Amino acid sequence: MTTTRDQVLLLARRSVVRTWRQPAATVFPLLFPMLLLAVNSGGLRAETHLPGFPTHSFVAFALAVPFIQGALFATMNAGTDLARDVQTGFLNRLSLTPLRGAALLAGQLGGVTVLGVVQACFYLVVGFAAGVRPKAGVGGVAVLLVFAALIALSFGALGAWAALRTGSAEAVQSLFPVFFVFLFISSMNIPRNLIATTWFRDAATANPVSYLLECVRSLIITGWDGEALGLGFGIVAVVGVVALTLAARSLPKRLAR
Amino acid sequence: MGRANTIETQGLTREFKKGPRAVDMIDLQVEAGEIYGFLGPNGAGKSTTVLMLTTLLPPTAGTARVAGFDVAREGPKVRARIGAALQEAALDPLLTGREHLRLQATLQALPRPDRGTRADELLERVGLSGAADRKVRGYSGGMKRRLDLAMALVHRPTILFLDEPTTGLDVQSRAALWEEVARLAREDGVTVFLTTQYLEEADALADRVGIIDHGKIVAEGTPESLKAEIGRPTVEVIPSADGDGRVADLLSRFGELVPSARGVAVRLDGGETGLAAVVRALDADGVSVEHLELHRPSLDDVFLAKTGRSLEGHGAE
Repeated sequence: MTTTRDQVLLLARRSVVRTWRQPAATVFPLLFPMLLLAVNSGGLRAETHLPGFPTHSFVAFALAVPFIQGALFATMNAGTDLARDVQTGFLNRLSLTPLRGAALLAGQLGGVTVLGVVQACFYLVVGFAAGVRPKAGVGGVAVLLVFAALIALSFGALGAWAALRTGSAEAVQSLFPVFFVFLFISSMNIPRNLIATTWFRDAATANPVSYLLECVRSLIITGWDGEALGLGFGIVAVVGVVALTLAARSLPKRLAR
Repeated sequence: MGRANTIETQGLTREFKKGPRAVDMIDLQVEAGEIYGFLGPNGAGKSTTVLMLTTLLPPTAGTARVAGFDVAREGPKVRARIGAALQEAALDPLLTGREHLRLQATLQALPRPDRGTRADELLERVGLSGAADRKVRGYSGGMKRRLDLAMALVHRPTILFLDEPTTGLDVQSRAALWEEVARLAREDGVTVFLTTQYLEEADALADRVGIIDHGKIVAEGTPESLKAEIGRPTVEVIPSADGDGRVADLLSRFGELVPSARGVAVRLDGGETGLAAVVRALDADGVSVEHLELHRPSLDDVFLAKTGRSLEGHGAE
């Protein structure tokens, strides 16, 4: 009998190899957030002159955004891959082996998590090249990478749940615009306390994505901020637990055996 | 070996919500080392039966034992003994053929040193050694089917389920797959449960055939016995002009004359062996014949006789 660990590693490796072999799945999540960062940094640089803006570098402020966009791509990758496995019957094939359901989910998400960390490293390197130096130092970078891994895992689990529920790659991909709306009505481009429009400030305050951004941002531009870290990690944990629970509940129906 | 590679069902039924009974109280008995052809048209219940027998779909009534184990209660034991290539080749387009086999070998818990060897052996057997390191998305339909079969064989199953394995394949790929399936049964003693909509496939490969229609088995037996059951072969003779008058009299000695649009036809009382006697009699009487043809009953005739419809021309389930 293969151990659960072997099964997880095998499927995580497959997930990474699959993504690596799809240039669109590899290049787009790396380049698109960087292009958006470049455009926003150029166009919104004047914001740094606003009283109360937390940094003089808009790149440092906006570098948090790619981390969250990376999570969206993780959601799409995990979900789309799993849905394709359902559609092609590959999941049925896996069902006929002694594969444990938990290993299937963990393997799939393990691969997505690895890719999430690779993306985060890339974003950090670009940030370094643009002169950004995380205020929380080397330890902060390590925490940032752990956070990126958890975001990829949690949002990947959401994608996996959608895939297991619907069995359709198209349905999973239709989530993308929904997540993007959450991103745009957050503190993505301006700190919440500087948002002048009340309804937008309220929406951004109610939006959990704001706290994920602020968690990353705190490590880059503030240093060690316990409240921001607690909120960010707390939200990721809640999303992760809920999404994993939902995915784990949907799995037995798909692995009907 | 006991019931080690047999398949038995009793009253096996699958009913879907808001739908008809896909499989309706079927009783099957497939013996060890046998190739059992499960023949039927679109939506007859073939694939649903396979899904139940492979533990992927629970029956709503009845029982099924595969390799001596109950499919509903002893799924892991069943799965350890079976291999399956389901209707669509279940492959990952982004992995290579070799990667597929190594993945399967690992998940099937083959000892680490054997995984590569087994993959190479199967790639060789299904004729994919040359394409082993190419991504599957570049494979032809026949190559995908052969890889699918190889994956089903990784853990040396004693029972193999093949759900319409040759649908959509060209003649050459179909023949290659038939050869491999026959070899598995004859040389390795693997029991093969094969669903098909191709009459010639069931005829050429299966030791026994079960014909399913609307979820029920309507006929079962060896292809020969099924054909014999519905009628004896006929010989159709188209005489040259000068022998015309005598042919009907002569043929009537060998059985009942049946209508023929082109010449004279007789249903042979003695079966196919009567053909030689007909030829000898025609020769002895000096009858000149333009064309002579033996018509054997086909499985389509069997299907027609049992259901009132022809199986020819139906699409895949």
